Amino acid sequence: MALSRLASSSSRSADLLKPLCSAISLRRPISTDTTPITVETSVPFTSHQCDTPSRSVQTNAKELFTFFRDMALMRRMEIAADSLYKAKLIRGFCHLYDGQEAVAVGMEAAITKKDCIITAYRDHCTFVARGGTLLEVFAELMGRQAGCSRGKGGSMHFYKKDSNFYGGHGIVGAQVPLGCGLAFAQKYSKDEAVTFALYGDGAANQGQLFEALNISALWDLPAILVCENNHYGMGTAEWRAAKSPAYYKRGDYAPGLKVDGMDAFAVKQACTFAKEHALKNGPIILEMDTYRYHGHSMSDPGSTYRTRDEITGVRQERDPVERIRKLILSHDLATEKELKDIEKEIRKEVDDAIAQAKENPLPESSELFTNVYAKGLGVESFGADRKEVRAILP
Amino acid sequence: MAATFHGVGATVAALSSSSSSSSSSSSPSNSFGSKILLSSPSRSFSVRKRASFTMVRSEGSMNFDLNFKGRRAQQLIANAVATKADSSPASSSSKPGHELLLFEALREGLEEEMERDPRVCVMGEDVGHYGGSYKVTKGLATKFGDLRVLDTPIAENSFTGMGIGAAMTGLRPVVEGMNMGFLLLAFNQISNNCGMLHYTSGGQFTIPIVIRGPGGVGRQLGAEHSQRLESYFQSIPGIQMVACSTPYNAKGLMKAAIRSENPVILFEHVLLYNLKERIPDEDYICNLEEAEMVRPGEHVTILTYSRMRYHVMQAAKTLVNKGYDPEVIDIRSLKPFDLYTIGNSVKKTHRVLIVEECMRTGGIGASLIAAITENFNDYLDAPIMCLSSQDVPTPYAGTLEEWTVVQPAQIVAAVEQLCQ
Repeated sequence: MALSRLASSSSRSADLLKPLCSAISLRRPISTDTTPITVETSVPFTSHQCDTPSRSVQTNAKELFTFFRDMALMRRMEIAADSLYKAKLIRGFCHLYDGQEAVAVGMEAAITKKDCIITAYRDHCTFVARGGTLLEVFAELMGRQAGCSRGKGGSMHFYKKDSNFYGGHGIVGAQVPLGCGLAFAQKYSKDEAVTFALYGDGAANQGQLFEALNISALWDLPAILVCENNHYGMGTAEWRAAKSPAYYKRGDYAPGLKVDGMDAFAVKQACTFAKEHALKNGPIILEMDTYRYHGHSMSDPGSTYRTRDEITGVRQERDPVERIRKLILSHDLATEKELKDIEKEIRKEVDDAIAQAKENPLPESSELFTNVYAKGLGVESFGADRKEVRAILP
Repeated sequence: MAATFHGVGATVAALSSSSSSSSSSSSPSNSFGSKILLSSPSRSFSVRKRASFTMVRSEGSMNFDLNFKGRRAQQLIANAVATKADSSPASSSSKPGHELLLFEALREGLEEEMERDPRVCVMGEDVGHYGGSYKVTKGLATKFGDLRVLDTPIAENSFTGMGIGAAMTGLRPVVEGMNMGFLLLAFNQISNNCGMLHYTSGGQFTIPIVIRGPGGVGRQLGAEHSQRLESYFQSIPGIQMVACSTPYNAKGLMKAAIRSENPVILFEHVLLYNLKERIPDEDYICNLEEAEMVRPGEHVTILTYSRMRYHVMQAAKTLVNKGYDPEVIDIRSLKPFDLYTIGNSVKKTHRVLIVEECMRTGGIGASLIAAITENFNDYLDAPIMCLSSQDVPTPYAGTLEEWTVVQPAQIVAAVEQLCQ
């Protein structure tokens, strides 16, 4: 189905591209070409109490390659994390994002680093999209010193302050009021930036979301609430958890937009639209219709509440990386082999990062007591006695 | 491999004793001891590496003089108490300072900090146009505007979360719970986000938020409005808790809490808002981790905080008449405990009585007993006694409510028993 849509879109834009193509023929380096290409999103947007953005998205070869590369990197990273978990190098909870990469990548393309993003525990790819390095990811997952949180956070607590990525939260729902607080701070400091507070279809039923939305709407905060609807809240399908699964409509007074979350361009278009809207009119809800291939986490096989056919079906029809690959190929921007080479390169990059992370040491035992309190008024974390440390470590 | 992490007390002791000796030379001509502390004693922990001992210190620079001393022209005082001027019968007009009620002191502290730092904002129910349910924020909304004094809907979970989110970016919100008990709805935010974000982000974010509100048993307010949340919050790692009891320390603690980089929960008490005291005109703050010596003595150490301080002082009058000399310490800092002041007191008197308003089970007193026993067991001549409220929801009927809370007569009886 997607293929036929792509064929039709490419036939439309093919007229524009033919002369370019012939001129560029054995192109090098196509990845920096910024000639505009128009792409149609897979489905039109549906909206609640607002206008829909246009289905045609402007892009260019450079962006296509960036999308492809970033999403392939994320995909590879998550698969590698899967193997590391099975090898018991990653412990605890590990929530993988493969299948949902388009949301992270599309969102990043629409905004700047001044805009804030906050999400729940499925944060590895969002962290990378915000500028995190692979080493930081793998080191943190394995609890090493080079991790983004010095090994003390783990899979669910990735943060990157300098690119305004606020995590990384274990208890879902709580990040949305935090996100509205970020938006409040942006308004207070007149930043002209917005905050994207991401949550899932499971967390969408938390009361604090509605509380935060209410306050954001009252105070006109530039908050964008993004529901990454992968249709399953761990093992519970959305129809069993939500009386009204139209998450984009749940804002009631707040406008909402339903977006195909497997199409990076739809995500990009929606986020651009939302940013513009939030800066002028206050909060807006985006529902990203997406899908995760893995189970909820590594402890969940992911097949007890859905069929394998469903998973393979989505993978064949809606895979975000495949969509970009097909776009690139149909626009003759690269050959199959070139794309495969890029993927090989990515694989090597990921493997190198893993090797480097494995070499990295575990945190020192003194790290147990650092960062409990910030130094300021002379508080040192010494247990009950502020002047003596008493702890016996094994 | 058992490694005991052992800090250094010696250097500190030397410094602190020197500071305390300097203070005793200033004349407190009243029952209030006054300790002049220009800053928290600069603790230079020497690194001692013994066989199995390793030094554990938090990271970061030990620039204690940053906030306190101020690089500004203004010298900040961090007295433990309002220094009562010479009690010579001078006319009140020549007395320095100004007199005000506790809630006004809180407001003054808040206002001064809001003027000083544009990042300070207040969030809470009815704090803005209404002026605050206990008038702590009265007039601030007209002065600072709706963006700095924010009226929230009744949504503690989310507005506390929003305060924390704003604090992550560098703002310094003061979140008010109309009654401390309502903050139970925000427990998730306080525990998981407020307390832990500095740690789980590897130090990237600090949360300089202040969460304050009145708690404690009032006058027949009913069970749900008479809660003492300090016992629930005390285990949360990463937060600090302080309880104010006089207008002087209310203003000082409020200011210190706002300036602190760490999340601070400031416990006020419903019945103490109308206390009147004369406080200094100049800028001052109170050390967040320090206990206040209310009445030095020799026979028994009575540790208390918040409203119970007044019950203890009332009992102290009776005790003095009976010939006892109790040492009364208002611990003020509920997390972490000021075991230094407390320890010195225990070493002097060898008997401890804790008087608190928390419930018996799992209250501040319970933790304090554990901390003292662990650290100062050798100095105790008698088991520590702890008088707490009963483990019951606070009843409405006046007489029953009186019996849930510790009364002065019980304190006198306890001291007599302890000193046998």
